[in-house]
Amino acid sequence: MARTLVERYEDDLYLVKGPAAWTAVVALLAGLGVLPFLLPRLGMAYLLFIAVLASANVIVAVGLNLLVGYAGLISLGHAGFVAIGAYASGLLAARLGAPWPAAWVGAAAVSAAFGFLVGLPALRLTGPYLTIATLGFGIAVYQVLTNWTELSGGRGGLPVPALALGIEGMSAIQQLALVAIATAVALCWIAYNLARSHVGRALAAIRDSDIAAEVTGVSLTWYKTLAFAISAAYAGVAGAIVAQALRHLEPQAFTFLESITYFAMIVVGGLGTVTGGIIGALLLTLIPHYLSGVKQWLPIAYGAVIIAMMLFEPQGLYGRWLRIRRYFKAWPL
Amino acid sequence: MIQLGQYVVGGLATGSLYALVALGIVLLYRSSRVLNFAHGDVATLATFVAFTLLGRAVPFAAAVAAGLLAAAALGAAFFFFVLRPAREASLLGKIVITLGLALVLSGVMLITWGADTQVFPFPLSDTRVYRLGGVVVSEMSVGTIGAGLVLMGLMYGLVQRTTLGLAMRAVAQDTVAAQALGIPARRIHALTWGLASALGGAAGVLLAPVVYLDPYMMLDPFLKGFAAAVLGGIDSLPGAVVGGFILGIAESVFAGYVSFKFKTTLAFAIIILVLMVRPEGLLGREYHRRV
Repeated sequence: MARTLVERYEDDLYLVKGPAAWTAVVALLAGLGVLPFLLPRLGMAYLLFIAVLASANVIVAVGLNLLVGYAGLISLGHAGFVAIGAYASGLLAARLGAPWPAAWVGAAAVSAAFGFLVGLPALRLTGPYLTIATLGFGIAVYQVLTNWTELSGGRGGLPVPALALGIEGMSAIQQLALVAIATAVALCWIAYNLARSHVGRALAAIRDSDIAAEVTGVSLTWYKTLAFAISAAYAGVAGAIVAQALRHLEPQAFTFLESITYFAMIVVGGLGTVTGGIIGALLLTLIPHYLSGVKQWLPIAYGAVIIAMMLFEPQGLYGRWLRIRRYFKAWPL
Repeated sequence: MIQLGQYVVGGLATGSLYALVALGIVLLYRSSRVLNFAHGDVATLATFVAFTLLGRAVPFAAAVAAGLLAAAALGAAFFFFVLRPAREASLLGKIVITLGLALVLSGVMLITWGADTQVFPFPLSDTRVYRLGGVVVSEMSVGTIGAGLVLMGLMYGLVQRTTLGLAMRAVAQDTVAAQALGIPARRIHALTWGLASALGGAAGVLLAPVVYLDPYMMLDPFLKGFAAAVLGGIDSLPGAVVGGFILGIAESVFAGYVSFKFKTTLAFAIIILVLMVRPEGLLGREYHRRV
């Protein structure tokens, strides 16, 4: 295998290195772009809905991984941020008649603001204390949405107007799938950029030792709240996508169980890598869909997989892949 | 005033349940630095075991004892077979493992006993009441508070007054040093897991007659007990009791005077506020980390 000597820092920063990697990336992007058009032709239009949910889950998982995997800050209340994003976009679109891009940006902004607020106690709390604070946040959001009926529409739920791109000959779900996939790709690209730049290094330094990070000049106040705000903004955008997919919002869609599922995604995929979050989110969205016939076994399978991953593959599936690749790079040595 | 007394008595009953759950969580955290998210599910399982035995005409005391033993065995087995192999894992990793156990247990309970709510037969009645100067107290609340206090007293005696308790405290403080002094740390850990799970099981049995029995019965009390433990200081046993009662009473008074719907929200708001002022909890000891 050809190795290239990297002489400048800027060269090392390139996300995609070499023609082979470029081909793969272009092929992947083209495939994803064609997907919303291809699936109905193949008679698998129902998969469009799954693709939308998968995009939303990828966004949440990548955002959560920036917080948990990179910055080492635990959040067990991420469903709360998703809920805030979903309701913010729903309310903006339904009550104020905002067009969908504005509603989505609004969802991200509102969610990020809440993320900033949750990040403030995180400046002083670590470990179990931070866990309970974020968990409490997630439950508080759920309770407020359940009980504040003027805001959430109560038992009737909150209807969300459909997304319209204004393209002739495309069904509503096709358009949504296209937008959702594009958004997921864009946000993943941003996450890759954050992770490889000084921001990612600062977050990783905080994770490994926050005192040492502060001594070397990383502002804990800034980066910890930033990590929460970015992660929450990701969850907010995902919430807006979920709102569009469900078209009808109820607080039941954003419970503690969802928070655990998001957590399971990044654990299975791999903590502290963007790719790991993507893999985990895709797997934990697609597998339950195909196993819906044995639904009652699903929690057991989830739990067992999570325990097994932590015991045998703490680096996640992506970590295993990296090790396999490293092995074959040196092969047959 | 009578009204307030009524709310406080109600709060004491739920508070003693929270305190029992919190005690188990604190015991585990002190001994193995694990936040056990499966604590509530282990407790529910104990209650289900007792419920099944009661249905087979086993005497009440024997059925409950069997349920608590089952929880204890499960807790100890979880320590031996899952947690010990993963002792290198970070705090986050251990949390994730217990979350996995929680999912497995609730799934098993769903398949075995179904999602329907069941009525848990209990020798004390919820409708037979005593009057203490205008305050109405049900037999069940008296039983819950009494049983809670007795169990807390037993725990105190065990941890502070026996050699076993001394060994538990030694292992919690420094496992390696305790081992060097000849304390069988592994067995003490397993015992602590068993004890904490049985305490949770007791809370489950006391709760089941009040709410109905279903696989998710303990979710809310577990989260509150967890909150109480954090409120009191996650490494302090007296803190767990204090936190449990404060949370129970505050919740009950708030539900009575302000809003019933938002009482859970209040519980977590209190905790976040307390943590912002005292990040180590009310009775927790402040510790300094080394870089």
